[in-house]
Amino acid sequence: MEIARRIRIRERRTRNIGGGVSVPVVLFLVAAAIFLVVGSLVSPIFAQQTVAGLAQGAIFASLALSLVLIYRATEVINFAQGEMAMATTYFAYQLTLWHLSYWAAFFLTLLMAFVFGAVVQVALIRPVQHSVIAVVIITVGLFVLIDGLVTWKWGADLKFMPAPFGNQVYHVGSVAFSRQDLGTLLVTILSVLLLWVLFKFTKLGLAMRAAALRPASAALVGVRVNRMLAIGWGLAAVLGAVAGLMTEPTVFLQPTMMQAVLLYAFAAAVLGGLESPAGAVIGGLALGVFLNLIGQYVGFATSELRLPIAFAVLLVVLLVKPHGLFGRKQVRRV
Amino acid sequence: MQALHGVSLAVAEGEIATVLGANGAGKTTTLRAVSNTVRRDGVVRFDGRVLSRHGPEAVANLGIAHVPEGRGTFAELTVWENLRLGAYSRRGSVKSDFERVLTYFPWIDDRRNQQAGTLSGGEQQMLALARAFMQRPRLLLLDEPSLGLAPVLVTEIFRIIRELNEQEGLTVLVVEQNAHIALQVAQTAFVLEVGRVVLSGPSADLQAHESVRRSYLGY
Repeated sequence: MEIARRIRIRERRTRNIGGGVSVPVVLFLVAAAIFLVVGSLVSPIFAQQTVAGLAQGAIFASLALSLVLIYRATEVINFAQGEMAMATTYFAYQLTLWHLSYWAAFFLTLLMAFVFGAVVQVALIRPVQHSVIAVVIITVGLFVLIDGLVTWKWGADLKFMPAPFGNQVYHVGSVAFSRQDLGTLLVTILSVLLLWVLFKFTKLGLAMRAAALRPASAALVGVRVNRMLAIGWGLAAVLGAVAGLMTEPTVFLQPTMMQAVLLYAFAAAVLGGLESPAGAVIGGLALGVFLNLIGQYVGFATSELRLPIAFAVLLVVLLVKPHGLFGRKQVRRV
Repeated sequence: MQALHGVSLAVAEGEIATVLGANGAGKTTTLRAVSNTVRRDGVVRFDGRVLSRHGPEAVANLGIAHVPEGRGTFAELTVWENLRLGAYSRRGSVKSDFERVLTYFPWIDDRRNQQAGTLSGGEQQMLALARAFMQRPRLLLLDEPSLGLAPVLVTEIFRIIRELNEQEGLTVLVVEQNAHIALQVAQTAFVLEVGRVVLSGPSADLQAHESVRRSYLGY
């Protein structure tokens, strides 16, 4: 009784705020979380695979979130997001070649990525931003351009950076967690949280959301819309750089390192609803865990099938719930 | 397309002025010319200074609040966030302004976390007024505040506009199709026809004017 009543209240509230998270989705996510916790308590391998999946998923999540940021601000998918992330990771590599410590290179790279993203918006996107198709073509062109320039500068062979977290493994009972996975999880979640705080609790964040959602109204209250869009692209590139740097320890540095990740991130963003930052993060984590568990427990699902499975998920989402888990149908009164 | 042809009008500090006219007369464009949301020739002076033509942000920062057609509601954001954005061009705390807003719109207090797009039309219009008020404007541009509202709400909106004018000394330039109520509230009125000011003067004079009565008041 009590629970039913609470659900009804919650339902009314969600309807009030006009969509967002629906009750079935919440129940589904809670059930999934319970399944993961119980599974992890029962089986050490399950626990290991779950944590590794979360680490993988956190990378998908941060790149997916950068896609969502751009999508909300510019209404296009930035197809070059992965390649921009790859380029910034090479920048970090170059810094370590110059004897900077890993973490110094890491933070300098984030700074560089911000400038890079903002410059891309100002120099390439802004001049054509009135036409969605032109922006899409620019991002595809940028993909090819970055790929070519990086290969020209650093070559296509594998490069190696110092390991950010070392190769230690922690044992909790009979479960082994790699420091690498935990570190990846920590760094990505921290950067997502920081971004969330920026958007939710600062004047700058509010202005950025306003500029993305209602540029004309935002300009009328004094928000410099173009500047906000440039900052948005900068922040998206920073998240991408985090994703790139966290991907490097597992696949190592190569010009193609982010291409599969971009596709996973795309699937995660659609799963979450493309407009929803929270959806992108949860979509990314869910996809990471799902793929890892499928790989572990479903015999025929070898690593070659990872990407097809991700796209099967994408297809099912688009067919069953085209707005994704967290997408909202607009409720608006005139 | 050129919508205005040499419109000239002046709003005195502390008054409510209204621009009347039929659909397509150029009322909205007149406001947009002031707030720099449309390309214009000619000069707009505000407080003796000539306004630059560089974007609406600069005009907003000078203290001109423009509530556009459709009210400019940030429908996806909360009521509070809408108000906070109203005060965007100002530095410092907004708490005292929020409290002052509540004295005019007490219902906002309970609804501050509601998504603004889910408010009713009348509430959204009041929110738009409140948002503009948060900007502490020296000139408020209002585009058809009566649009789509029930008569009782129109009266209420204009009552609040007059209250803001009398108690806060707010200068208002309001564009309206509902000439009846606009002439009651405003001190000065301008009548636009196809992009030109054809009549202007104190509202009382215009109310008595033969052609205004026939074309806009309907009696």
